[in-house]
Amino acid sequence: MGITSKPVVFAVLSAAVILIGTTVTVFIPLFMPSTQPISSSIKPYTAVEQEGRDIYMREGCNNCHTQTVRPLRTEVLRYGEYSKPEEFAYDRPFLWGSRRTGPDLNRVGGKYPDSWHYTHLMSPQGMFEKSNMPPYAWLAKSKLDTGYSYKKCSVLGYGYSKSDVELQIGQYQATVTDGAYPSKVSRDKVTPPELRKELTEMDALIAYLQKLGRDVKQMEAKK
Amino acid sequence: MSEAGYNYKIVRGFAFSALFWLVIGLVVGLWMAFEMFYPALNLTPWLSFGRLRVVHTNGLGLGFALAAIFSTSYYILQRLNRVALPFPRLAQAHLYLFNAAIALAALSLFAGMNTTKEYAELEWPLDIGVVILWVMFAINVFGTLIKRQEKQMYISLWYIIAMTVAIAILYIVNNLEIPVNLFKSYSIYAGANDANVEWWYGHNIVGFIFTVPILAMFYYFLPKATGLPIYSHRLSIVSFWALNFAYLWTGAHHLMLTPLPEWIQTVAMAFSIFLIAPSWGSVVNGYYTLQGNWDQMRSNYLVKFFIAGITFYGLQTIQGPLQGLRTLNAFFHYTDWVVGHVHMGTMGWVTMVVAASFYYMIPHITNTEIYSIKLANIQFWLTLFGQVIWTATMWIAGIQQGAMWKATNPDGSLMYNFLDTVSSLYPYYQLRFAAGLIFFIGILIFVWNLIMTVRKQPRPVEA
Repeated sequence: MGITSKPVVFAVLSAAVILIGTTVTVFIPLFMPSTQPISSSIKPYTAVEQEGRDIYMREGCNNCHTQTVRPLRTEVLRYGEYSKPEEFAYDRPFLWGSRRTGPDLNRVGGKYPDSWHYTHLMSPQGMFEKSNMPPYAWLAKSKLDTGYSYKKCSVLGYGYSKSDVELQIGQYQATVTDGAYPSKVSRDKVTPPELRKELTEMDALIAYLQKLGRDVKQMEAKK
Repeated sequence: MSEAGYNYKIVRGFAFSALFWLVIGLVVGLWMAFEMFYPALNLTPWLSFGRLRVVHTNGLGLGFALAAIFSTSYYILQRLNRVALPFPRLAQAHLYLFNAAIALAALSLFAGMNTTKEYAELEWPLDIGVVILWVMFAINVFGTLIKRQEKQMYISLWYIIAMTVAIAILYIVNNLEIPVNLFKSYSIYAGANDANVEWWYGHNIVGFIFTVPILAMFYYFLPKATGLPIYSHRLSIVSFWALNFAYLWTGAHHLMLTPLPEWIQTVAMAFSIFLIAPSWGSVVNGYYTLQGNWDQMRSNYLVKFFIAGITFYGLQTIQGPLQGLRTLNAFFHYTDWVVGHVHMGTMGWVTMVVAASFYYMIPHITNTEIYSIKLANIQFWLTLFGQVIWTATMWIAGIQQGAMWKATNPDGSLMYNFLDTVSSLYPYYQLRFAAGLIFFIGILIFVWNLIMTVRKQPRPVEA
């Protein structure tokens, strides 16, 4: 009797029941403006920043660092302005995270100079004795692979031409390898001599970290 | 092979695959637990915490849990439908491909090929592999169901059907991505939508791997091991449909106070509370099944595992909805409290029920007796003790860190810098490692006990 003797009907019914909540809370919001607001202040990542973001993902930084400041008094006090949906329009995937073994990074851009990041990534324990963050000195020993940079940016729909991407990479390389780069001493300390004129994975990661939360400051200023 | 020509080779193959990935996943877990207070253990890029964490979660979620589910499902499907697997060769290929895929998955995650979407970290070629594996499994699921010799489908079969359907939907929708090359892709969703899709998936993958098929085992093996029928068939029907309906609305309780629209969070919160009812439907059904026969807690070593397991399931399904409430979530989220919560489910509920199911099933398919009940009892106490200390330690650590994050001085400034809130947890992390080690020793005994069981001479078959 009933559906417990009809496996295919049972499976179809299960799927239907499962899809009700799914449709209301997931599928429909995909097409609602409230889940994808846009702001002209929020700019896509540059090719170098995107490469840095991919390194952030490769190393699983999101397992210990969140990227969402909640609208709570102590949280805003600790990290800065709470996170807005507009900021994440270009985040594919999102990197909000689920555990704060380390601090939130959504407002870390501009908080410290590049030199701070070179020194810290090289040896977190060298800077903070009691930190439990893994050291990432080897990122400075790997030359940044930009072979897919253009393809990545076009898959992500950033609207850059091939020469835009080359220009962005060339400009950032010129910045960090320049003799007048303010963080030159720290960079040279962690970067082996043969890579000092090249872009390393650490350079890209720092470019990404410095981008986090920068545009939102402009967006707030406009309001 | 057995009575009705049932294929038990595949059941045994997946069971020992599960045990293998269980040991690997726990070794990785112990290594990471040590890194949490001794970061010098991040020796190489592929041993760094960020990469190991995904090897741990995928190794145990996809390697151990799925293999255990495939093993028990192939067994339950044949027994309850009274029919041999219609496609035994397909099942055999499923076993080999599964293990190859898990090994490749582990290697790719060690190498940093990580999409970062939690519990869906595998890159797109492996995603396709997972879908193929799932179809191979589903063919035998529906094959046995359609060819069955039994009129009605018993409760466990409902849960297996629901899992087969739900995982397929969840996995495909959340893993839609555009490839850049063989090793790299980007999600088709962005920002808040990507987060919403991911936690709809993340929450329900837990539901349909760590809950639904484990309930299938519970509903099948508890009556088998005790000789007692399930207390209420009606309660199981109501629980089943209510669980399937409500689960899918709750994912956004993982995204409380984030930029996701507030109504989605609030709906998730409400359905999370509702979810206590069907969850406890199964808990009550489990307890009442033993009504009048609680002496089996003493006389039948398997009952302890089932009752401890369903008890942790009950606690888990109250704790989960409560920490999903916005105000409590504001305090607990992002702390080790949640880590404790997850591990009560996996180390308490899932491991206990899988252990009891294997202890019943393995001797049955090899036509022998369990190697040592004494060892099984030692295992029970070690895994219980290890798990309770593990989770309680993390809850306390979570409360402490949550409180330190919120603490302010009289002038309104923050009392602790972030590093203080981390370094104050090291004693807890040391205790957690010790508890994990106790649990791991229990698991090694479990594995040993089952290896020795299958190496025993089978009983002579009676005429």
